[in-house]
Amino acid sequence: MKPLAALFLREWRLSTRVGGGALMGALFFLIVVTVIPFGVGPDLKLLARIGPAILWIGALLATLLSLDRLFQADRDDGALDLLMMGETPLELVVVVKCLAHWAATGLPLVIAAPFLAVFMNLDPPAIGATVATLLVGTPALTFLGAIGAALTVSLRRGGLLSAILILPLTTPVLIFGVSATTAAVTEPTPFLAPFLILVALVLFSLVVGAIAAAQALRLSAN
Amino acid sequence: MPLIDLANPTRFLGFVGRLVPWLTAVTIVLFAVGLYGAFFLAPDDYQQGATVKIMFIHVPCAWLSMFVYATMAASSLGTLVWRHPLADVSMKAAAPIGAVFTFVCLATGSLWGKPMWGTWWVWDARLTSVLVLFIMYLGLIALWQTIEDPIRGAKAVAVLTLVGAINLPIIKFSVDWWNTLHQPAAVFRLGGPTIDISMLWPLLVTALAATCLFVTLQLLAMKNEIKRRRLRTLRLIEASRPHAVAGTPVVGAAS
Repeated sequence: MKPLAALFLREWRLSTRVGGGALMGALFFLIVVTVIPFGVGPDLKLLARIGPAILWIGALLATLLSLDRLFQADRDDGALDLLMMGETPLELVVVVKCLAHWAATGLPLVIAAPFLAVFMNLDPPAIGATVATLLVGTPALTFLGAIGAALTVSLRRGGLLSAILILPLTTPVLIFGVSATTAAVTEPTPFLAPFLILVALVLFSLVVGAIAAAQALRLSAN
Repeated sequence: MPLIDLANPTRFLGFVGRLVPWLTAVTIVLFAVGLYGAFFLAPDDYQQGATVKIMFIHVPCAWLSMFVYATMAASSLGTLVWRHPLADVSMKAAAPIGAVFTFVCLATGSLWGKPMWGTWWVWDARLTSVLVLFIMYLGLIALWQTIEDPIRGAKAVAVLTLVGAINLPIIKFSVDWWNTLHQPAAVFRLGGPTIDISMLWPLLVTALAATCLFVTLQLLAMKNEIKRRRLRTLRLIEASRPHAVAGTPVVGAAS
């Protein structure tokens, strides 16, 4: 457990200090959510209806943007090779790196979401539901994104390609995240069923993301 | 000839050369029989009229779009687990073919949907999951295009192909799990097909024809890929020869 905790702390410190760029994602999130009312018009009723979806899409894009930091810097300075040679299984290393990455880039999005939801004219129950689904669902985006980041780690300009590869895989998370939020607002449809599927998707992507990303890293190393 | 012998690319090329003319002939005959049956023998649907003919293109393409992906997933296992030398060639050859089948499936479905459902497109689970399949094909092709070394590229593509294979059961069961506008399975289902035999047999023949078409195109594309790799190796050897200094003409290097 100790090496994993040490790794988590290392990742956390690296991404929150100068040059880590942890808050860039949150800033991008703010800008995306601010730009959309200019596109669809300042109709408050419409914004309240599509608000949860906008917040989810903004969080998805912000997560994708920050993915290149997941393995790239470690590969450039050789730390990735050391992690691969270590005794800790690479799958666990990937999970811990993802969790630290999420804590540094995903958690600020969740914290920013209720404030941006006010821009979107959401009611308190809708704000609560959006924040709850984002809190549970954004780790899945990071775990799936790890696959793309690992596949493109050896490429010079892998950012856009990684986003192209990952976006189709993230559609279920987006669908159930948004549908759970809308179910919480509209009365008869139950909130719990889509929410539990979202939780299942997170666990599923944890396993698939860790195994596939670790395999991709091993293959790119030799 | 045992399958293991075909791992040798030269033997494989010989095998392809002998097999392809026969396969082409079988494909043409099957398409001729199937399409004749579809357009002249099978009756019009009592509700849909002549638009039901679209089915004989749409359904085989839909099956093939998934079959090709399954072939790619199997080839990915061949690359990652058994390191079969032709598995990654097969993987690379299948991607554009599968993308075209998926595109034809989406396009004909859209043409069929306009008169029947009154819209070109709906965001129901079946259509959306097939669209995701199409985007996955394009993403895999993009990944192939990005990594220069084919051996290394094959491994990256194999990992992503296997992850994307999760989509196949979702496509298959989307019409059962969700209440979709797309109709549920009518041919391969428990309790036998719900489609009449007069329409079923041309459909099965065209599906078989499409499968033969895929196998033919796949073998030819694999042949091209093997030759492309040989050319690449020859060029690399030529470029690294010490006497090939700038200024002296190198025969064949520019081919």
